[in-house]
Formats: sequence, C-alpha cells, structure tokens
Amino acid sequence: MKTKAIPGTFFVVSAFVLAVLALIQLSLMPHAVPALSANALLLVVTTLLACSTRRLCSTLFAVSLAVSAAWLISLPYHALSTAVLALLAMVSVQRLAQASTPAGAVAALLGLWFILFWQILVTGYAVPQVILPAPIDILAALVDSMSLLAGDLVQTVVKSVLIGYLLGCGLGIGVALLIDRVPFLQRGLLPVASLTSTIPLVGVAPIAVMWFGFDWPSKAAVVILVTFFPALVSTLAGLKASGKLEQELMYCYAATPRQRLLMLRLPAALPFIFSALKVNATLALITAIVAEYFGSPTAGLGFRISTESARMHMPVVWSAILVSSLAGSLIYALLVRLDRRVNFWHPSLRGDAAAK
Amino acid sequence: MTINRRLQLHALPVGTVLLAAFILWYLLAFALNASGVIDRVLAPRGPWTSGDLIYASLNASRPLLPAPHQLMVDIWNSITGWPVTSPRTLLLHTWVTASAALTGFAMGVVLGVLLAICIVHSRTLDKALMPWIVASQTIPVLAIAPIVLIILGSVGITGLLPKATIAMYLCFFPVTIATVQGLRSPQKMEMELVYTYAARRLDTFWMVRLPSSLPYLFPAFRVAIASGLVGTMVAELPTGAQAGLGARLLTGSYYGNTLQIWSALVMASLLGLFLTGLVTLTERLVIRQRKGA
Repeated sequence: MKTKAIPGTFFVVSAFVLAVLALIQLSLMPHAVPALSANALLLVVTTLLACSTRRLCSTLFAVSLAVSAAWLISLPYHALSTAVLALLAMVSVQRLAQASTPAGAVAALLGLWFILFWQILVTGYAVPQVILPAPIDILAALVDSMSLLAGDLVQTVVKSVLIGYLLGCGLGIGVALLIDRVPFLQRGLLPVASLTSTIPLVGVAPIAVMWFGFDWPSKAAVVILVTFFPALVSTLAGLKASGKLEQELMYCYAATPRQRLLMLRLPAALPFIFSALKVNATLALITAIVAEYFGSPTAGLGFRISTESARMHMPVVWSAILVSSLAGSLIYALLVRLDRRVNFWHPSLRGDAAAK
Repeated sequence: MTINRRLQLHALPVGTVLLAAFILWYLLAFALNASGVIDRVLAPRGPWTSGDLIYASLNASRPLLPAPHQLMVDIWNSITGWPVTSPRTLLLHTWVTASAALTGFAMGVVLGVLLAICIVHSRTLDKALMPWIVASQTIPVLAIAPIVLIILGSVGITGLLPKATIAMYLCFFPVTIATVQGLRSPQKMEMELVYTYAARRLDTFWMVRLPSSLPYLFPAFRVAIASGLVGTMVAELPTGAQAGLGARLLTGSYYGNTLQIWSALVMASLLGLFLTGLVTLTERLVIRQRKGA
C-alpha cells in the first residue's frame, strides 16, 4: 500500500533536525536559560506531532505550536529555536491551505506569523527604532496618541476625503449622465478623460494649497479632480454596456429615453460605476495624504506622517499608517459589501456567490 | 472608414473639447489674476484701460493661474536657455524622475511577474498571499514613502534606488493581478491537451500560459507605469531631493513660484503620456511579431 506523503515533509524534517540541534546547543551552554531548553523540548514534541495529519495530532500540533510561539516571544532571543518556529509556521500555513478553509483564514494566519516574527527578530537583533519599531511599540504609540490620531482621522478622512470623494464621484457620474444624449461631447471627452489617467494629478496639490488655503478645502479639491475622471470614464463605459436584446425589448415597449436610462442602462452601468467607486476610494485617501505633504493645518494623517518622521518618532508614524490603512480597508470593504448587495445579478458576483 | 469620416468622428469632437478647455483656461486665468494685477501693477501706475487689464493679467509675473502661452514660454526657455546638465533646465529634472520611474517599473514588473508565477503554481501561496496583495492596495501606499526613504537612507542607499523602490511598490500590484489572471486564462481544453502530451510544467508555462497572458500584461503595464511615475514624484517630496519634477513642485510651492509648479506639472503630464505611449508601442511590436510568427 502506498501512503500519501504528508505535505511539507521537507520543512518538518529540517525543523526536527534544527530542534534537536537547538536542544543540544542549549544543554551545552553553561548559563542557558532553563525556560529556553524547556521550550526547545516543546518544539521537538511539536515537530513530532506534525508528522501525522490525523485530526487529534493536528489539533495537538496547533495547540503546542501556539503555546511555544507565545512562550518564545517572552524568552531571550535564540536563533535556532526561532528558525524551528519559522519552519513549523510554514508547515501550519501550508496545512491550513490544504484543508478546505476560506482563503481569508490562511491569509490571517500568515499575517499573524508575520507580525510575530517581526516582533521576535526586531527585539532579538535590537534593530534601532528609527529603522523598524517592534509591533508592540507601534501598538503602544497607537494607544498613547489615540486622541491625536483620532483628530487626524477626522481631518483627513471625514473632511478632505469624504467630501472630495462624494463630490468628485458625483460630478463624474452626473456629467456622464448629462452628456449621455450628446454623442459629440462623449467622443470628445472620453479620449481626453482617459488620457488623464496617465497624468500625475496629485501634483496639483501645491496649486490647490495656494488657491484654497491650508485647510481641508484644498485637499478636497485635489480629491475631486483625481476622482472625477475615473468616475466619468467608467460611467460612460457602463452606459454602453447593456445588451442588444434588452435594448430591443425596450424599443418594442416604446420606452422613452428616460425610461430606457432608468430601467435598463443605469442598472446595467452599476457594476462599472462601482468598480470606479472602489478604485476611487483608495485613490482619494492616497491623494489626500500626499496633498497634506504640501502644507496643512497641524492635524491630518499626512501631516502627522511627514512631521513625525522628520522628528524620528517612528512608532507614531507607523501607527498613523496603521490608522490610515485601517480606514482605507474599511471604506473598501464597505464598498465591496454594497457592490455585492446592489449588483448581485452580475455574472462576476454570481459566480462568487456560487463558489461559497 | 475613410480618413474624412474618421476625422469627423474623432478629431473634430476631441479638438472642440480641447479648444473649449483652452478658452476656459484663458478666461479662468483672467478672472483669477485680475484683482491681484490691479492691486500690484495697474493701480500704482495710474489710470488704465480694460485692454491693459487683460494684457497684464495674462502676463503677470507671479500669477495665480498662468496663461498657457506663459507656460509654453517658460518651458521653452528652461529647456533651451541652459545646458542640459544645468540644474535650471527642466530636461534634467524630467530625466531624473523618468530614470527612477523606469527603474522602479522594471523592478515592479519583475517582482509582480515572479509573484504571479509562484501564486499560479502553489495553492498555499495563492491562499496565503493573494488576500494580502489585494489588501495592500487599500493601504495608502504612498504614506510609507517617508519611512522607506528613512530605512534605505540609514542603510546607506540614497539617490535613485529609494525612489525606484517606492515606484516598484506601486507598480507590482497591477502587474501581479493581471499576470495571475493571464496565466490562468488558458482554456481547460488547452491545458488538457498539453497534459496529454505529458508536457512538463516549464513547457506548459512557456508554450501555453505565458503567450495567453500577454493580452492581460500590457494594459497592466500601462497602469503600472503611470502609478510608478506618481510614486517617484511623491518620493521626491520628503527627501528634500535636489532634482526631479517632484522636487520642482515642492520648491515651487515653498517660494510661491507658480510658473515653476505649473511647468513641472506640464512636464510630468508629458512624461506620463510619453511613458504610456512607450508601453503601447512595445505592445504593438510584440503582438505584431506574435501574429507574424
């Protein structure tokens, strides 16, 4: 009978060899920390547990791996033990990917391991904070400057981004609807609007600061400019997307142009509009942050990042980046959810739903 | 389609829109500059006519919005007035930005394609990495520009590479996504055919996957080079870089030199068009060669 090889055999074997080596090295060291030896022993056991894929063994493997990982953070740095843990971490990610778990869980596990090794390595090799602060320091800075960052968030996201984004996307969609009946203007505007995607529009920021002052209106203005063209182009493309069959049906019903627009062409355009909205959401946040590099009031995520990095307060910089990433992901996730709800009929989303 | 008809369909509308934008620009320039010009130039000189006002506001030395002809003259002067190596010519700054953007683009394409190849061939990497790659785009990537510059600077890497790294960070995403899509685009029939030939993975890659991914690659390259240019310009801001279009923008905004900002902006736009055009040209050549073969 031929048995199927366990996934990641290479990793498991090398982890076992390294774990035994670590145990030997620690037992030879005169002043070794006893807890480190105990942890190395646990790592050997964990590696042995990884040799079987039975349910009980897998569960025990996961538990002992988690325990030794959590333990290793609090212990003094030991290169061999860390290497064993890294190999076992790879095994765990691989095992989870092989099982029929949703992709999010695997990615989350990878992210967790990434942060853990970031912590262990940065403290282990005493990397200066200026180069890379440890995750715990970033978290501490986040808690410390919570109120400061909350103010920045309001300044950048709620004022500049939200207002600019709504106005920019609204104007783009509105203009597209307005020139819907004027093919001459469409043919004239579309190439010009498409070309703007190759232009670094963020560069308008210093001019906007000059025209609209340091506060949020100048940032909102740049965001409007940046989000306007993608919204316009996608809406124009979407309005052409309805099928010929449906159009002929509307014609048979003697539908007026307005009815055709509201009942057929606008709904058909929604997937396109939503993809523009999603692209614009990230674009708007980036633009607002960059625009703040050119001058801003004493609040705002971009302001915080640029001033604190000039003062070498890197944990604060990283926590500002963390906040802006969270805000960006949150907005994006909301839009994806709305997209699913509105455009449930679209093939790309139907396939997605069927897969789940 | 005859040339005449094509002219009517495309050139005429586009021309009209551009002309309208041009006229609007002049009107805006007049409206924005008029009050400042009255205060600073005309009022001290005594009585003035409306003709004077129009002339002065379209030729102000520090306009809120320079008129197009002023910009053209400024760019022309800065290109022809100085030798190419002088820091006063825009050509040098454009070259500094373009070289960093192109280096970053090349790095981004290599990284993006390599990542995509790994993701297509490994289920683990697909599940573990793909969500992070997508999530990395909801993160304001440019926010980390100052950090990357500091980290690389403290290791002793300065000059072109830090800027190229940031450009790379912006470039790799569209390339990865499109390449994954492209490498997976061969139909099941084709994959089964090469399977019956007992083709190795490498052969399958060269003969089936890579060719069918080409139509996906080039649009991604166009997006990538445009965002790489933005990345480079932003990377030039916090370093206090001496050269580059981003540095021109920053110094221009420090000294209130609007003409300098606008000329840098125009040059950046031209550079963006040029780089995208370059990618399109390569696409045409590659596709034509493949069709000929």
